[in-house]
Amino acid sequence: MRYLIALILCCLAQGVWAQDWEDQRLFPGASATTSLRIISSTDTDLFAPLIETFVSGNPDVSIEYFVTGTADIDRRFREIPDAFDIAISSAMDLQLKLTNDGYALALDNVPHPDWAEWRQSLFAFTAEPAAIVINRAAFAGVPIPQSRQELIEALRARPEVFRGRIGTYDVRRSGLGYLFATQDARASETFWRLMEVMGGLDARLYCCSGDMIDDLTLGKIAVAYNVLGSYAEARAESQNVLEIVLPSDFPTTMMRTAFVSKASRQPAAAERFIRYLVSYQSNPADGVRSLPSLQESEAGSKRAAIALEPALMTFLDTLKRNKFLTEWEDALIQD
Amino acid sequence: MTDSVAVSGSLRNRLMLTLIGGAAILALLVFFAVRNYAVQLAQEGQDNILAASATSMLDAATFRDGVVELDLPYSAFSMLSTAADDQVFYAIRQDGAFLSGYADLPFSESQMFQTDQVRGSDVRKISVSRTLIGANSRTEIQVVLAQTQDALSETLDRISRNAALLGIGFFALAAALSFWATAATIGQLGNLTTSVTRRGPQDLSPFAKPVPREMAPLVTSLNSLMGRLDQSLSQSEDFIAEAAHRVRTPLATVRSYAEATLQRVDKEENREAMRSMVKAIDESSRAAGQLLDHAMITFRADHLELEDIDFVDLVHDLVQRMTPIAEMKDLTLTLKGDARAPFSGDPVLVQNAVRNLIDNAMKYGPRESSIEIEVTAKDRPQVTVSDQGPGFPTDEIEILTARFQRGANATDTIGSGLGLTIARDVAAAHGGEVVLKNQTGGGACVTLSL
Amino acid sequence: MKFLLVEDNIDLANAIASRMRLDGHVIDHAEKLEDASAFVATGDYDLILLDINLPDGDGRSFLEHHRTTDLDTPVIILTARSQVSDRIGSLDLGADDYVTKPFDHAELEARCRAVLRRKSGNAKTTIEVGGVVFNPVAGHLTVGGEAVTMRNRELRLLELFLNAPGQIFSKNKLADRLFSYDEDVSDNAIEVYIGRLRKHLSASDLRITTLRGLGYRLDHDG
Repeated sequence: MRYLIALILCCLAQGVWAQDWEDQRLFPGASATTSLRIISSTDTDLFAPLIETFVSGNPDVSIEYFVTGTADIDRRFREIPDAFDIAISSAMDLQLKLTNDGYALALDNVPHPDWAEWRQSLFAFTAEPAAIVINRAAFAGVPIPQSRQELIEALRARPEVFRGRIGTYDVRRSGLGYLFATQDARASETFWRLMEVMGGLDARLYCCSGDMIDDLTLGKIAVAYNVLGSYAEARAESQNVLEIVLPSDFPTTMMRTAFVSKASRQPAAAERFIRYLVSYQSNPADGVRSLPSLQESEAGSKRAAIALEPALMTFLDTLKRNKFLTEWEDALIQD
Repeated sequence: MTDSVAVSGSLRNRLMLTLIGGAAILALLVFFAVRNYAVQLAQEGQDNILAASATSMLDAATFRDGVVELDLPYSAFSMLSTAADDQVFYAIRQDGAFLSGYADLPFSESQMFQTDQVRGSDVRKISVSRTLIGANSRTEIQVVLAQTQDALSETLDRISRNAALLGIGFFALAAALSFWATAATIGQLGNLTTSVTRRGPQDLSPFAKPVPREMAPLVTSLNSLMGRLDQSLSQSEDFIAEAAHRVRTPLATVRSYAEATLQRVDKEENREAMRSMVKAIDESSRAAGQLLDHAMITFRADHLELEDIDFVDLVHDLVQRMTPIAEMKDLTLTLKGDARAPFSGDPVLVQNAVRNLIDNAMKYGPRESSIEIEVTAKDRPQVTVSDQGPGFPTDEIEILTARFQRGANATDTIGSGLGLTIARDVAAAHGGEVVLKNQTGGGACVTLSL
Repeated sequence: MKFLLVEDNIDLANAIASRMRLDGHVIDHAEKLEDASAFVATGDYDLILLDINLPDGDGRSFLEHHRTTDLDTPVIILTARSQVSDRIGSLDLGADDYVTKPFDHAELEARCRAVLRRKSGNAKTTIEVGGVVFNPVAGHLTVGGEAVTMRNRELRLLELFLNAPGQIFSKNKLADRLFSYDEDVSDNAIEVYIGRLRKHLSASDLRITTLRGLGYRLDHDG
């Protein structure tokens, strides 16, 4: 509980201090005349190669890249729509609602599959499944669970090992966590049983994937639920320690999305960036992606991503959200 | 008859214009009717989905311990997914107090469905409410749900295109049909025209061929016109005959008296007067006869009653009949030539023509001379009548020939001239001719060929 | 000869009858078909002259009916119609000839003679006088038992004299009877015919006397 409070304070501080960023970097164009401000929930390291390629190809454009949480993006954007030119977030529901509410600029004729865009305004450019990431050390000698059900059984089998050593998103603060949780809950009752089990084992709650993986790598926690596998894979040092499990019972795949602010002062450059972004993701210039491509989700229908549709707004409804959070808290926070 | 008819417009064009114009109007009507119906259907479709969605939202509302809970079903918005990614707005209120959704979406008490504007977009909006009854209180939940109409307008565009295609197709088909129908209808008139044209001027029998009912009045009046024409023609014939009778009978009486008087009168000047009178009567009756014959021949020449006859037989009969007159004048009629000369012609006309030629020869032949009539059938049947009279004066041959070429009016000529004109007309009607010449040994020679 | 004249125009009928009587014929006149039928029933006629237009019917129907009982009596139609087909039709119905009104009496006589000649041959009426045997219908003449060939006008001239022996015929009278009116007849022409006739009769007891200023007369010697 102390951790929880500490984390809450930490996240609150970020929200309160508007100028506080998780990260912030400038990618200067060689002969920059315009500057694009991108607000994103994606770690700079993952995005840097892509932006650098863009800047080198478009020397007239500089890019200022701001990293913050998904909920924060939504809040900041609604407050000052013209503060940023492009919003990139992994919280599809929030992004969709921003678009639905008219904050996004429609771009004509962006070559992109129908299912990966909404209103020609919101463009998905990655497909990333939510994963169970496990510290192999905790499962030495026992089989690694491959589904939620197996995870529940594993946790129940050895509560002493996992007490206080399970991590998941604090859905009250993480937009992506909330998205994953709601989609899981929609898909199966297993989710609620898992939450109850995790609650019984004093699960730790995180605001961000990064922190969770850090703790996992350090062995502070043994299992992280609903973490972005891509983040775990991106950590070179964690390769040996961590096992990434994509639950075999049902997948929850998120698509990172981007849109140009309707209030953007540089709509042309912003549009250029979006076009570059979607084409880079489907056909990277250097052949190596730092981010998962969109196509991976296309391969098997089983891995179909969460659909970009108005239904995503369901769980953003205040009443619905309150109800869900109440249930979630009831399950996970057992005093 | 050949006068050009005053033409006012074209029946075909008028019919085509009416039909195609009608088709165009119908096509437009079809287009608008289909489109409006489709718009209505599409709108109803959207309304139905909005209603289903809003109802599912209302159904999810519960009222427990004075607190309203509304567990928004995922399907409520899911069912609003469209190909055009239409925006969705909603608002949930309890007794007018905003609970969740879009606070700027007002509830309409009066209209369930409304077309409205939300955040700059045209939307279709539904306002529904439900009263929840708790243990000791009641509350009203209002749901407003709005959706943009991008998909609808895309659908409408598509339907409009299809309706336009349907209209154009309908028009093209109707135009083709009207072209065909016009051709078929006008064709009937054409058929009638053809059968009128083909039947020739003397055929005045009524049309018996069946015609479409609409043309029956035309054909009926045509038939009645023909009937009247036929009647007036036969009346004319009767009139000619009657006129001849009325004129000739008194002439005959006068002539008889004159002749009888002549028998009793000895004074030379009186005798001369009586003779002149008889001559005048003869001349006028002969001229009248020839004029009437000519009229009759002109009438018949348009409509030859062809029969297979022997020209020799025909001339033989004629010569036999004329012999008494010739004998009376001590003239000899000699018939020679081929034994047979079959041909196809109108015997009444041919006989009349040949009789005129022999008449002339008897008139101009000198007393106790012989008139030679030769019938040959070498190339074509022909008869040559030669007399031993003075022959044609050289200049008169040319004048007569010229008159033939001119086809001069019969009233220009009297006496032998008209007799020759009759012969010429009959020959011409049979595709032949009359040639006048003088014989080397003297005397006139007229050849009629058929 | 005995003729039946069926003609409703009395003036014309009288003219025809008086002319015929000059030639020594007997003429009965009927004004209607009804009368004609009565005459035909009682009398035996050598020739019927039949008008077409009659007050009580069409002459052609009478002719048609007549031909069912009597095939021999020749019929000559008198018609005022010029219609070509009318003539043919009359002949088809059994008429022997027709004459169109108004007609030259000479023509009518000629036709009557021709018809009679065809039908009755050289029967009945022959005139025998002064060594001359004359059949006016057939046109035969024998003088002293010898046949003489004569022209038509010579025959007519002889007939005129034989029908009225002792009567004086002026030149005019002879011309009127021998020639039609469309012929120009000189006095000389009559003299030529008289001359010929005298020559033919030279072997007989008949001779033609010239009465200066009056005309000619047939005399019988002995």
